[in-house]
Amino acid sequence: MEINLILNGKKIKAQIRPDELLLDFVRAQGCWSVKRGCETANCGLCTVWLDGKPVLSCSTLAARADGRTVTTLEGVAAEAEAFGSYLAEEGAEQCGFCSPGLIMNVLAMERELSNPSEEEIKEYLAGNLCRCTGYMGQLRAIRNYLNRKGGETNGENR
Amino acid sequence: MFSAREYVKVNSLEEAWELNQKRANVIAGGMMWLKMGNGQKGTIIDLSGLGLDQIEESEEEFSVGCMCTLRQIELDPGLEREFGGVFRESVRHIVGVQFRNGATVGGSVYGRYGFSDVLTCLLALDTYVELYKGGRIPLGEFARMPYTRDVVVKIIVKKDKRQAAYASQRNTKTDFPVIACAVSRKADSWRIAVGARPEKAEYICLDGTGKTAEELAREAAACFSYGSNLRGSAEYRAHLAEVYIRRLAKELGKEA
Repeated sequence: MEINLILNGKKIKAQIRPDELLLDFVRAQGCWSVKRGCETANCGLCTVWLDGKPVLSCSTLAARADGRTVTTLEGVAAEAEAFGSYLAEEGAEQCGFCSPGLIMNVLAMERELSNPSEEEIKEYLAGNLCRCTGYMGQLRAIRNYLNRKGGETNGENR
Repeated sequence: MFSAREYVKVNSLEEAWELNQKRANVIAGGMMWLKMGNGQKGTIIDLSGLGLDQIEESEEEFSVGCMCTLRQIELDPGLEREFGGVFRESVRHIVGVQFRNGATVGGSVYGRYGFSDVLTCLLALDTYVELYKGGRIPLGEFARMPYTRDVVVKIIVKKDKRQAAYASQRNTKTDFPVIACAVSRKADSWRIAVGARPEKAEYICLDGTGKTAEELAREAAACFSYGSNLRGSAEYRAHLAEVYIRRLAKELGKEA
């Protein structure tokens, strides 16, 4: 079957299998940042944006992306690099395998929540598992990144 | 992950229903649970083109389209206002935001999964399921029905001035619950749902007149059956259910 979508700002027309997962599709399109992790919808490694919302590409059919906009880390490279520097500053990644999914979700959170509290950050990112860092470095990096323009994350979303 | 021969984004509920009469075919909601199965499917039926991803509010009720995501009911200001955050509390522990942006209310309700927080929460409210052929039936009745090939179209939640609260316990964050409890009250008429027992959620109605929160919780918890699995024993679940029902009853203003 044929689908038409916008992938990282580019119009794409492609033939897919009916049961093809979005994860396999975007990787076939060269978006290697999107990682295959648990494949049980738990780890968040495969996070992409579908019409701007973070979803798990391991549990989304590519057919569902027809007529929609898909964004992977490659589509927000500058922002990803900016946040990545905060991760590096805090020594917040070791193997780095979870970083693309985490970064996509942090950038989605930044768009959705203004000044999230620590509890809100943890809740938003609960679906991004990391088996190396213990999360504390990541949390410091996220706080520093969100506070980079001055001010402090204070949980005004509640 | 299953394999499938065809994918059809249907143009009408009638088309969906007709396709769904064949046992090999399957309606895909968010596919979070469905994808865990193996085997060969015939046609994947996609309802996402039917506008069933909206939460509509009237004076009497909320109508939640089957393709609404868990994240939508978590964030909907109308549901939050009417039911005091019970929807948010019931789903916010489910994996992560990405998962809840995919998983659908229709899929959760149709599946009637034992671990379902959504089913537990909805059972404590005056909720109905709208089936394409079967019409509108109470959720409690639907939950007890055998699986059929009908199509879940909407979930209807009545605005009956009921107050509600929800609590669950998990061994680790984002895991399935060990126990899930939802309690609602309208005056001293109480509706109590317990899920993850680990069987699917059920509910009871109790008159709370003249009872303390402790007495109400003891009586309610004893009405349910409990089972054991790797997450907890039947005895542990029975104890937890009583504790959480008591806490929720107090939260809703029941005197100690």
